[in-house]
Amino acid sequence: MANYSLKVNGKVYNITSDDDTPLLWVLRDEINLVGTKYGCGIGQCGTCTVHVNGVATRSCLLPASRLEGSEITTIEGLETDKLHPVQEAWKELDVPQCGYCQAGQIMTASSFLKQNPNPNKEEIRNAMNANLCRCASYNRIEKAVALAAKKMS
Amino acid sequence: MKTNDKITFSRRNFIRTSALASGGLLIGFNFFNSCKEATVPPVDISKLDFKDFNAFIKIAENGYVTIFSPNPEIGQGVKTSMPMIIAEELDVPWDHVSVEQGALDTKNFQRQVAGGSQSIRFGWDALRQTGATAKQMLVNAAAAKWGVDASTCTASNGIIKNSNGEKLGYGDVVNEAAQLEVPENVTLKSPKDYKIIGKGAINVDIDKIITGKPLFGSDYVAEGMLIASVSRPPAFGQKLISFDETEAKSINGVKRIVQFGDKVAVLATNTWAAMKGKKALNVNWSSSNDLESSSQHNEELDAILNSKNLDLRREDGNIDKAFAEADQILERTYQSPFLPHNCMEPMNFYANVSEDKVHLVGPIQTPAGTARRVADLINRNPEEVHLEMTRMGGGFGRRLYGDFVLEAAEISNITKKPVKVVYSREDDMGAGIYRPAIKYRIKASIKSGEVTGYHLKEAAINSNMYGLIPNFFPAGAIANYKVETGNFQSKITTGAWRAPYTNFLAFAEQSFFDEIADAINKDPVQLRLDLLKNVKDGEDKSIEYSAKRMTDTIKLAAKKGNWGKTNGNTYQGFAAYYSHNTHVAEVVDITLNNGRPIIEKVTVAVDCGIVINPTGAKNQIEGGVIDGIGHAMYGDFSFKNGKPQDLNFGSYRLISMKDTPIVETHFVENDLSPTGLGEPGLPPAGGALANAIKAATGQILLKQPFIKSIKNRKTDLSV
Ligand code: FES
Ligand code: FES
Repeated sequence: MANYSLKVNGKVYNITSDDDTPLLWVLRDEINLVGTKYGCGIGQCGTCTVHVNGVATRSCLLPASRLEGSEITTIEGLETDKLHPVQEAWKELDVPQCGYCQAGQIMTASSFLKQNPNPNKEEIRNAMNANLCRCASYNRIEKAVALAAKKMS
Repeated sequence: MKTNDKITFSRRNFIRTSALASGGLLIGFNFFNSCKEATVPPVDISKLDFKDFNAFIKIAENGYVTIFSPNPEIGQGVKTSMPMIIAEELDVPWDHVSVEQGALDTKNFQRQVAGGSQSIRFGWDALRQTGATAKQMLVNAAAAKWGVDASTCTASNGIIKNSNGEKLGYGDVVNEAAQLEVPENVTLKSPKDYKIIGKGAINVDIDKIITGKPLFGSDYVAEGMLIASVSRPPAFGQKLISFDETEAKSINGVKRIVQFGDKVAVLATNTWAAMKGKKALNVNWSSSNDLESSSQHNEELDAILNSKNLDLRREDGNIDKAFAEADQILERTYQSPFLPHNCMEPMNFYANVSEDKVHLVGPIQTPAGTARRVADLINRNPEEVHLEMTRMGGGFGRRLYGDFVLEAAEISNITKKPVKVVYSREDDMGAGIYRPAIKYRIKASIKSGEVTGYHLKEAAINSNMYGLIPNFFPAGAIANYKVETGNFQSKITTGAWRAPYTNFLAFAEQSFFDEIADAINKDPVQLRLDLLKNVKDGEDKSIEYSAKRMTDTIKLAAKKGNWGKTNGNTYQGFAAYYSHNTHVAEVVDITLNNGRPIIEKVTVAVDCGIVINPTGAKNQIEGGVIDGIGHAMYGDFSFKNGKPQDLNFGSYRLISMKDTPIVETHFVENDLSPTGLGEPGLPPAGGALANAIKAATGQILLKQPFIKSIKNRKTDLSV
């Protein structure tokens, strides 16, 4: 067992968990932040994407006990009082179908746009390619990333 | 032709009203006339038990409207489009409406399947009647207040007006309306006056989804709940012999381990511990050496296609004569694998079996049937079973089956603890209810440039195409026509998968038509249009599609997709198909990059009757088309000695963004009753793609997934 503190969405939590418990399950089961989803547990789908120190990271393989001192942001903390431009774009284009993958998509997109504020179509497709959407809302995700980029510029 | 038929339902007593203690009007209604004469609706919104009504409209004193819908969202947008229909007839501004998920009373809920794309078709009349009745009630209340005849008043945008120019808001008369009789014989709006229907509304749960609020079954938490991870036989047909729980028990958080049937559940205080505990179980399973493999299925299906004892499903004319007199005969055999559903949210369900009741919560499309099965399984009175539905992270047919609900109920029944069963991706893919592997053999006779005979045989695992499919196109369009089916009984569980049977049948037939077109030297689109000329709508009542609607849909797709007008490196393929009461036609554009097909664009024409919510409708079509292309291209799933050969996305390939075409959707405009949207975009996609690849490379694809047989493929495609 490990005791550690975890900074999530600006708030510090004291956690006791197994050393190997992935961040995903600490978020969902211990801190009750269930916006981050489980899809595969092996880093292949992206539904569990959060930001660790601002960078999109898959939380299903990453032991939380190693993240002391890191800034973790989840979909719940991406923006507080208002919507983040990526969320706005998602809403404007009515992207979700079932919605399950969308938190991961939004976290990937928001981190990507920070690194590349002015992406072309190819770059958007590459950046988002590893986030699966079983409902295949891909056309709208692609458009929403482009729209968010415009909103942020 | 069934397509235009009104879905009849009786309006008798399907609406009741009540004043709310807090002020305001509560209208209870039931889509499916299930309420009884003596029914009195609850008076307090907080006490709604949904006993006799499965949906409610609350109109508050400020005029704002809340619609409580029992229909949970599966990703097909019905939670938005169904309330839009009510709001249209009620005539309130859409931004004054909010939609809440009502609890579901399974005992009185008449429709057995919730959330699917067909629900809009069933609800269309009842929802309009409900909205219009509520509006008339408010008008009557206002008229009484003014002392004028109700027929001199009008209502629009939440405001009632009389001929003296006086106005009242809906909210101003709700308390009076609650005291009035429910009016009969209300008038429905003419579609040309629609202000909400056809205008495109954003998904009502959008804010919750994009900010990560708990919505799904997997997000559900209850006091004292344990998480259960279940070890199931890895191979279909395998039995549990024994297990050693020592190691699993030593894991932090693991509380209990229980065996039920051939399964073992590990119960823990958190998901990670439950999953780890399951992995640490040392289970001894019976030998799997003699269990089924896909190679064996392949032989069995061939044997069925070659046998003379198939079930006759439809026969017109004299097929033998047509073949005997033919100038030319074409024959092809098409093959598709099993497919898992792979809902993004793996299966899960909460159950709390206690002395006084059985509480079930989670994502399921068949609440009533599942609740009954739970009652049977654990020997409880069905009245004691209370099932709540949550939003579903995808369905595709998988959540029609309540196997995972039964597991949760059984574990909770044994342990007397609140339990949530959660599937890992491996559990989900490995303990699935799969699309059955299928083969089709199609044979056509051609004489003097015409198709004179058509013979289709289906060989499938476990079960065959359901009732009406043999009456789909080209039934009725070819004089001598025969459909026969047969199946092989397997231990592998199979079931409905998005657009059951037609998801692959359409590929087989639509590819075959392209070859017929080549054989008689006709443009593929023209061939279909010519065949449809042989069908007189209404003449043969058994024919399921409308030749007129199909013709219009095909023409729209051909026009919008610039059929036959591309140049250079772009190649096109065409397909058209009717399913789920909707007519769809698609043009696929591909280019070649070093011989590798790049799917650029799909132009889709859809006749789904009146389009309630174009924004949501397009989303459904885009999803269905890309899903169809993705699975035709990559979907591959097989068994060896009863064991699924893939269990996670590391080896099982789903389509991802880079492989995704742009989908452009056009609707055929009409005022006919709305029909399904979740499924019908999918079936034509694989055939249109195969035809485009044939146009580009000459290669004829007979097997899905295409990726395994596409020639010249580059290494990055060979997964
Ligand atoms: S759950 Fe982490 S990538 Fe799939
Ligand atoms: S919206 Fe359903 S998985 Fe993406």
